[in-house]
Amino acid sequence: MGRYLIRRLVGVVLMLVLISMVTFSLFYTVPTNPAVLSCGKGCTPAVIAATERKMGLDQPLVVQYGRWAKAVFVGRSYGEGTAVNDCPAPCFGYSFTRETPVTGIVKDAFPVTLSIAAGAFVLWMLIGISVGIVSALRKGSLLDRSLMFLTLAGYSLPSFFTGLTILLFAIIKFQWYPIPRYSSLLDNPFLWAKNLLPLWVVLAILFAALYTRLTRANMLETMGEDYIRTARAKGLPERTVIFKHGLRAALTPIVTIAGLDLAGLLGGAVITEKVFNFRGLGAVTIDASTNFDLPMLMAVTLLAAFFIIVANLVVDLLYAVIDPKVRLS
Amino acid sequence: MSAVIEEAVTPPSPAPRAFLDVRDLRVHFPTDDGLVKSVDGISFQLDRNQTLGIVGESGSGKSVTSQAILGLHKGTTARIEGEIWLDGEELVHADADDVRRLRGSKMAMIFQDPLSALHPYFKVGAQISEAFQVHHPDASRQERRDRAIEMLRRVGIPNPDKRYDDYAHQFSGGMRQRAMIAMALVNDPSLLIADEPTTALDVTVQAQIIDLMVDLQEEFGSAIIIITHDLGVVAEIADDVLVMYGGRAAEYGPADEVFYRPEHPYAWGLLGSVTRLDRVREERLRPIPGTPPSLISVPSGCSFHPRCPYASRVGARCRTDRPDLEETTADHLVACHLPPADRATIFRDEIAPTL
Repeated sequence: MGRYLIRRLVGVVLMLVLISMVTFSLFYTVPTNPAVLSCGKGCTPAVIAATERKMGLDQPLVVQYGRWAKAVFVGRSYGEGTAVNDCPAPCFGYSFTRETPVTGIVKDAFPVTLSIAAGAFVLWMLIGISVGIVSALRKGSLLDRSLMFLTLAGYSLPSFFTGLTILLFAIIKFQWYPIPRYSSLLDNPFLWAKNLLPLWVVLAILFAALYTRLTRANMLETMGEDYIRTARAKGLPERTVIFKHGLRAALTPIVTIAGLDLAGLLGGAVITEKVFNFRGLGAVTIDASTNFDLPMLMAVTLLAAFFIIVANLVVDLLYAVIDPKVRLS
Repeated sequence: MSAVIEEAVTPPSPAPRAFLDVRDLRVHFPTDDGLVKSVDGISFQLDRNQTLGIVGESGSGKSVTSQAILGLHKGTTARIEGEIWLDGEELVHADADDVRRLRGSKMAMIFQDPLSALHPYFKVGAQISEAFQVHHPDASRQERRDRAIEMLRRVGIPNPDKRYDDYAHQFSGGMRQRAMIAMALVNDPSLLIADEPTTALDVTVQAQIIDLMVDLQEEFGSAIIIITHDLGVVAEIADDVLVMYGGRAAEYGPADEVFYRPEHPYAWGLLGSVTRLDRVREERLRPIPGTPPSLISVPSGCSFHPRCPYASRVGARCRTDRPDLEETTADHLVACHLPPADRATIFRDEIAPTL
């Protein structure tokens, strides 16, 4: 177990290094020149050359990557003399568009995304699993068929549609709900939840629909298994058969998908954040890509990859706990 | 309250003669394709310390019969008619929760494939102690564990206190079936139904499991129903044999009668299809021609007539009239239109020499 964990953690680090190399070489070989972009009116070749030197773009790609990687551990300063831009460690790049280290931007944006993802996750898991169970137990009934129709609709509606519908009608036109603005959980938990609820609902509609169908399918399959018949033959009450023997087996495969979906959202709920104008990682990513803010893009890409890789590891470890057939080695 | 309901719905009928008395049991499943008549009028009796073997091909209604006795079809779409009397209690019309309380305590079941019948995510020992707990809610955690370990020991699992914490996939096939038997016997059931208990096991283990069941029957005095298509197993332990075909009884009687003086052509076919290694290769395996009938559209008359090599000797009756289960000799019942004298002659002259 200990050795397995060490091996996996080494793998995580290697994977991140590899991803950083690939994204770095991709982003810094695109046919845009950040020095040109950051050059305002009255741009001359001399100014561009100076900016390139300041950003380090005049160096070979390998040297550029080396400097970037070094800055992660020891920090970095751009330029000399009076016009120095400092980027203290851990420096994952410096956004010249916004004149600030990307680490600070990510630090501000991440709590927003975490709040959105965590709340939505809880909501969609609760709804998806309970509705899925109800549907499976009433298979073929009018209730089941209505729920399945609703989940199909929920799954098919894109989040920009549900998001904009809620925003335009429920919030702006009919004013049933105040306009959501991000506020910190630590300041006022109630206000935090109240502000985030519309975003949670938008994401939960999408994911709950998927998880309802997953839970229903797994539950139906499990309830037809021989060991469920054994549980009944033991004389167990039906609720024990369903909620202990059935659910235990039906939910196990859902852990994997749930972990990866949560990790995916932690990289930024791009559309939902943009619709409600929340400054999370998703909104930061969009801004960075429209402005060709390459250091920023690099940082958010790495962060998103980091969440997926870590989630994979956590899911694998969790699986060893919940599935006795899985042995870590 | 429950006593009132029972009185109201239990039909009047003569008192049961035996410990288990199944009377004209019918289990029909409505499906999109039509009504599946899995069991269509089965009757038998079984006393404590006795063993009944139910034999027949796949789809002849053996397993459905046993699951109906356990009340496993309650709450499903299955239509169940007839009566099942267990120790003076009628089960078909009884409240589902009352039958559930009997299930696992007074009557228990061993299933065919112990790997799929054991839960993959719970410890084997925990599954056994759960079976004990549900009928002994006051037992402490330690008592439950001790009881489960004791049962594992009794069915011959070495180091039972260590194996308690193992999962089903860590057991071998024979060990798993022993664990299933331990689970079934944990509440000292007086009726044990074994649904093909040895089919998924290899031959050496089969014999051990059969021996174990015989030993445990001597110890507990339970009534056993063993469902199988392995005639060797039936010959070894059954007192009575019920041959099922297409959801009905073809032949029913004491094991010696059915084995040494079988009268139904289907029973002859079953006996003839036993693999015999002492014959030349072409003669070793003699299957019954044709396939078991569809339970949605059972053949008219005698449901075996399309496959019966002797139907021509009777004529149209086999296709039009369903034969009743009639006594030929004492306690030996056969559902066949062939005259009893002909059946005896055919068996003596044509069948017995080939067995």
